[in-house]
Amino acid sequence: MSGRRKGAEVALKDVRFNYGEMRMHFDLTVPPARIAAIIGPSGSGKSTLLNLIAGFETPQSGEILINGVDVTRIAPEERPVSMVFQDNNLFAHLDVETNVALGRSPKLKLTDADRAAVNSAIARVGLTGKEKRKPEALSGGERQRVAIARALVRNRPVLLLDEAFASLGPALRNQMLDLVKALHQEMSMTILMVTHHPEDALHLDAMLFFLENGAVTARGPARKLLSDTGPAALKRYMGTVT
Amino acid sequence: MPLAHPKPLAGALALAFLALLAGGALFSLAFEASRETGDTLAAFNPYLWRVARFTLWQALLSTALSVGLAIPVARALHAHQHFMGRAFVLRLFALPLALPALVAVFGITSIYGRAGLIAHISQYFGYGLPDIYGLTGILLAHVFFNLPLAVRLLLAGLDSIPADYWKLSAQLGMGNGARFRLIEWPAMARNLPGIMGLIFMLCVTSFTIVLTLGGGPRATTLEVAVYQSLHFDFDIGQAVALTLTQLALTLAILSAFRLTGRPTEEGFSLAVTTRRYEKLRVGEKLADLTLILLAFLFVALPIAGMVVSGLSADFARLFSDRSVWRAIATSLALGGAAALLSVILSLALVAARQAVAAAKKHPLFERALDTGASLILVVPPIVIGAGWFIWLRHFADPFVFAAPMVITVNAAMAMPFAVRLLRPVWDTTSARHDRLCAQLGISGWTRLALIRWPVLRRPLGVAFAFAMALSLGDLGTIALFGSEDVQTLPYLLLQRMSSYRTLDAAGLALILGVLSLGLMILADRGSRKESMQ
Repeated sequence: MSGRRKGAEVALKDVRFNYGEMRMHFDLTVPPARIAAIIGPSGSGKSTLLNLIAGFETPQSGEILINGVDVTRIAPEERPVSMVFQDNNLFAHLDVETNVALGRSPKLKLTDADRAAVNSAIARVGLTGKEKRKPEALSGGERQRVAIARALVRNRPVLLLDEAFASLGPALRNQMLDLVKALHQEMSMTILMVTHHPEDALHLDAMLFFLENGAVTARGPARKLLSDTGPAALKRYMGTVT
Repeated sequence: MPLAHPKPLAGALALAFLALLAGGALFSLAFEASRETGDTLAAFNPYLWRVARFTLWQALLSTALSVGLAIPVARALHAHQHFMGRAFVLRLFALPLALPALVAVFGITSIYGRAGLIAHISQYFGYGLPDIYGLTGILLAHVFFNLPLAVRLLLAGLDSIPADYWKLSAQLGMGNGARFRLIEWPAMARNLPGIMGLIFMLCVTSFTIVLTLGGGPRATTLEVAVYQSLHFDFDIGQAVALTLTQLALTLAILSAFRLTGRPTEEGFSLAVTTRRYEKLRVGEKLADLTLILLAFLFVALPIAGMVVSGLSADFARLFSDRSVWRAIATSLALGGAAALLSVILSLALVAARQAVAAAKKHPLFERALDTGASLILVVPPIVIGAGWFIWLRHFADPFVFAAPMVITVNAAMAMPFAVRLLRPVWDTTSARHDRLCAQLGISGWTRLALIRWPVLRRPLGVAFAFAMALSLGDLGTIALFGSEDVQTLPYLLLQRMSSYRTLDAAGLALILGVLSLGLMILADRGSRKESMQ
């Protein structure tokens, strides 16, 4: 975790992407070192948005800029982005240490400095002593911690969380959010997180993007959007008005 | 008493049939061995050990070659999900297993044989003629059958890799080596022992290929040696010793196989494709596509060769030959009878198992009904055939029993597959309708006609077609029991081949291939519609 990198600005300019019947159109900017929460009904395009940024999908038109550099056409590995999924973040047959080390070298050719970085990342997420465990011997929360540790050793300025904590209970989820918050303060990366829980956005004091039918229909500070004066669509989604 | 009810009774009868068929053969062998102890012991001679060694050696080589080549081909096919003709290649790879071995042998000689494609090319450039008879031919044929099988099974393993792994590998920038070591190998390795066990077993018990492509006593396996000692030398002591050795061998392999687990094609499908995100270099792409092309040619050329040489046969003459028509009629009659018997016995087992399981009173009987059908796989058809052949000759000319032997042995051999097709349907309809039928008082024949038949019709047809295709291609039993009076298509084909009437044989191979494939396609269509409902 050497060299504190400042987070990068993530911008989608007039990005169009068709997924079957669904036509999506994204135009949004997340300023450097901010946390953005993305919420919206299922099928509204939340995960697709992250997949576009990570490079797992290529838009039909428009451009994706990270730190002002057009990354629309470059391979996922070359983008300054790490992503944590809901499941399957870890290779089931590899232990914690190896799973994290893959973030440093996909061929597992590690220098001493790499090993030190791996160990300190594992320590940072609170898993010291569990380096040799296989994922099956970890709880759901611990597995996500390993995935975050790997993102730490990758040291990319943008972190994408795709419902990364959705399968955890409320207490664990809050712990993970606290971890994310602390890491964000230390490393100041730009974080985009898809979540089903608007209170996550409040917890992180994030800026909020509300998606409907493949487009952002509301944006702003979570505290403001989720208050009584927020937009009607968001209230319908929250179930506060019928 | 469960036997007071018709279903358990029918199941017990089906089990008795299997026990009698296999047990009778084993008893006959044991009896003969104990009566002629000296002869039998003397027959455990260097010849037998040499044959046993070769049996294992060729199976080992065939397995290593098939699986070793299948791994890169499966990887290449999985890395390229979208090239034109991918579905066609995968369908083609299902074909060799559906072909009778004798037909495939014909295709292989049409490419690699003395008058084959390779021979023509090699002569054109002034090189000598290739000689494939012996180990080379056996390996070629075994790889032809098992490489595509291994590719499909390995691909099923690769398809079961979670999609997120491919995203991760792309994001982490894994190269070819890392992808193989960290993602693909663990997924394939899980299936690998099962796949190797299956292929090894298929090669140890392969009869037709070794009989036709083996080269004399140097390249012969136990099964073929049993056939030769009964058919040509009439050396009973030698046959008994060989059969016992083969039995011990299959038992040993199968018990080792039990430890490895059975490979499944679960997860394999033509329709659903996994997305891969990595960017391949041009060289990698080219290597992959070349590999796929080579594997495709290896499988497609013999099949094309079989068709082309078959079509050049003189069908007018062939069809004016009464023995051809008789062989076709005999094959269809024996195959149909075997399939019918197989389906009835399998249904009896399946129905009895469900009834006994629901009653929960006789766990041992339930287990017997459960595993009875698959136990028959332990005893290769040649062993059963040889056992009965040796026994029956005490009472009459064994060739008289050709028809019942072919029907019963083939029926028994198809039962494990038929049971696997019928059981899920029977069990789910029972679970769904048992209480309703009991409440409404629907039972007996009414229930069979009204409730069971509409659901079972299709799987029964599929099982029938499959069993019939299997027995149409069988050469093991008919090779022992066949004679001038009872000739099936494979038997006639073998005769024409050994009397060098190659063009006739090619035509017959095409007829046999079309018949078996037609049935297999029918079965496949049926089972696919089944799974869609």
